[in-house]
Amino acid sequence: MENSEYDIVVIGGGNAALCAAITARRTGAKVLVLEAAPKPYRGGNSRHTRNFRCMHDGPLGVLSDTYDVDEYYEDLLKVTKGQTDEALAKMTIETSAECYPWMEEQGIRFQPSLSGTLSLGRTNAFFLGGGKALVNALYRTAENLGADIRYEAHVDHLERDGNQIAQVRATIAGMEQVFKPRAVIAASGGFQADIDWLARAWGPAAKNFLIRGTPYNRGVVLKDLLDQEVESVGDPTQCHAVAIDGRAPKYDGGIVTRLDCVPFSVVVNKDAERFYDEGEDVWPKRYAIWGRLVAAEKDQVAYAIIDSRSIDLFMPSVFPPIQAETIEGLGQQLGLNTNALRATIDGFNAGCQEGEFKPIELDGLATSGVTPAKTNWARPIVEPPFYAYELRPGVTFTYLGLKVDETAQVQSADGAIENLWAAGEIMAGSILGQGYLAGFGMTIGTVFGRLAGKGAAEYVR
Amino acid sequence: MYDNPIQEARRQVEICNACRYCEGYCSVFPTITSARAFSDGDITHLANLCHNCRGCYYACQYTDPHEFDLNLPKALAEVRHDSWKQNAWPVGFSALFDRAGVLIAGLSVLVATVLFYAIANFDIGGGDGFYAYITHSVLVVIFAPVFLLPLFALGISLRSYWHTAGGGAIRLSDLRAAFTSAAQMKNLQGGHGDGCNFEAEDAFTPWRRWFHHFTLYGFLLCFASTLSGTVLHYVFDLQAPYGPFSLPKLLGVPGGIALCIGTLGLGYLKTKADPNLGAPRVWGGEMAFLVLLFGVSATGLALYSATGSALVSVLLPLHLGLVFVFFILTPYSKMAHGFYRMASLIQEAALRRAREQ
Repeated sequence: MENSEYDIVVIGGGNAALCAAITARRTGAKVLVLEAAPKPYRGGNSRHTRNFRCMHDGPLGVLSDTYDVDEYYEDLLKVTKGQTDEALAKMTIETSAECYPWMEEQGIRFQPSLSGTLSLGRTNAFFLGGGKALVNALYRTAENLGADIRYEAHVDHLERDGNQIAQVRATIAGMEQVFKPRAVIAASGGFQADIDWLARAWGPAAKNFLIRGTPYNRGVVLKDLLDQEVESVGDPTQCHAVAIDGRAPKYDGGIVTRLDCVPFSVVVNKDAERFYDEGEDVWPKRYAIWGRLVAAEKDQVAYAIIDSRSIDLFMPSVFPPIQAETIEGLGQQLGLNTNALRATIDGFNAGCQEGEFKPIELDGLATSGVTPAKTNWARPIVEPPFYAYELRPGVTFTYLGLKVDETAQVQSADGAIENLWAAGEIMAGSILGQGYLAGFGMTIGTVFGRLAGKGAAEYVR
Repeated sequence: MYDNPIQEARRQVEICNACRYCEGYCSVFPTITSARAFSDGDITHLANLCHNCRGCYYACQYTDPHEFDLNLPKALAEVRHDSWKQNAWPVGFSALFDRAGVLIAGLSVLVATVLFYAIANFDIGGGDGFYAYITHSVLVVIFAPVFLLPLFALGISLRSYWHTAGGGAIRLSDLRAAFTSAAQMKNLQGGHGDGCNFEAEDAFTPWRRWFHHFTLYGFLLCFASTLSGTVLHYVFDLQAPYGPFSLPKLLGVPGGIALCIGTLGLGYLKTKADPNLGAPRVWGGEMAFLVLLFGVSATGLALYSATGSALVSVLLPLHLGLVFVFFILTPYSKMAHGFYRMASLIQEAALRRAREQ
């Protein structure tokens, strides 16, 4: 079955896809959105987000003070260590300010930063109700404008013919369909949910990774386009992974599986040995490296151990901690060698020194004569009951993507693909080549979604 | 997933506390995020604080088919209804909550019939207007206890509830905060002022809040009308029937109209909303309560417009029967929610004050 009814086909159903669909539809173009997930799971990783990072000269809505281009760009440079495209990054940052009122016009509502996230109050505008509320508002707006939405619509192939995409092949509810739109917007995310691909890129350890977000980001469209000599950006072997509760579901565990206890813990591996400084820095600056650290340990698992004095110092996790009256009892429940665990804890405790413990600042309370040292919050683990959390790497997103220009148009070795635009995670590697900056993915999605929608709409007009 | 409603609500609340995305919607979430552990009393308090605006359900990443299977509006509704049942007094009447729908209908008809029968056969009238059918003294003898006994029962229930939910010392400022919140129905505004999710899935609409306003203020106007009539009767020796520009009519007519609009609106919205985001087992009882309240106001208005005609002989017993049933069932019907809700809002104001100190 061939379908030429639509001017523009948008592939994907998250924030970037819907920003594109809404923008294009507002110009009068006939728009079809192909979302791979069923309706309850629509919205890709956007449904797990909670804010977007927004530049502002002076107070803007719920955002206080000023967060100017230079400071924003410096924050980006710090996390990417230069792995960014300066022109694209600055354009994204500058455009983020006008996204705020635009998003409100689409029905998205903001609120001041949530409890426990005060450090983001100046830089990030939080979505009231979180990412799924944002996704709901965008779908409602897109539908009210007359964009058509298909759920469980898996795009298998984009047929490239010279510098054009000639057709889009999709399987919708088990039926193969061919669309021949005049323009295509690819906003279908990264490939982190394809564990086999992750394992090929990262190594076999990736089989034990948990995927924090949607199981529908399998990178089918990304791979299909890369196979047709579309230019790529970003390290194909890397993904962003944080340490999360090891009991989390394989997919879609989202925010509630995060664990903030590491700075107050002794973290051991399967051999009941410590392997890294748990107190290197405050947690917001360190949680991103722990995914990698745990990934490098045997079976990609680690155990954070605390005593009763620390149990209330961090945000609660979705799963209750494992609890025991003795270190040996805890070790037994964790399946660790109890003698080895006892020795590690005793060694650590012996290295702890007198000093004032200050949980919310770098207190300099360090161990002495322990390897590796714990350089802050090193308080002995002595007060029962003892608690443990299992840690595993949780993958948030991948970096490999399509190369785009400042209009979101997709590039190939022979120049731009004339009727193909990309937005969101599928092209974010152009700007965020390494590391992670809270709320920046949603900024990229919104800025490039709108650009893609505008570019495609102008092309088909 | 637990069968015990409090355990199930606790399981869900603990997941909410690890997420916190819904913090902006209503008063329930700031209370959740201020704690780490939740006693049965805490859960009961949260349940009664929840206005069932459903914002958190539609915004939730963990609703069915996700394995966490969150449906907090439903979990809290189940606990809420259980808490009313458990605190209802006398204890034996608590089962009325479950069967209220049928009971309301049954009792109404019965009582109206009996009154009708009594009036027709015993000629106990002896005054002007509707006192021609039934004297003021008879009305007082019947309705004074019908009004006061339920209030007494509610007082005992609320004392028991306050103890269960762990309520502590309160101040005048807590009462002020609670009544302001209720007067504005702040918890149905969604935090952004767009309203709540109810009859149109994830779309925010102001309708539930507005229809509740019509119902609440309509009811209060009618109540004020009755009160003003009592004052006129006893203090100023002015007896019914009252003219169109008298205080009872000036308050009662707009009140009755508002109550009709409000109850019709709420009933209509209820037919559109997903019953599975509340406690499905009490849907019938809640609907019957709206029908009863609509019946009270509609027959009241009809009775007024029928003044002097033969219809009064039918409408009067019907209206009185409905009012009688409405009052008698107050501690055991949806009407009780207002009292428990006020208690939870007052407790919430006290807790918030303690948090902010």
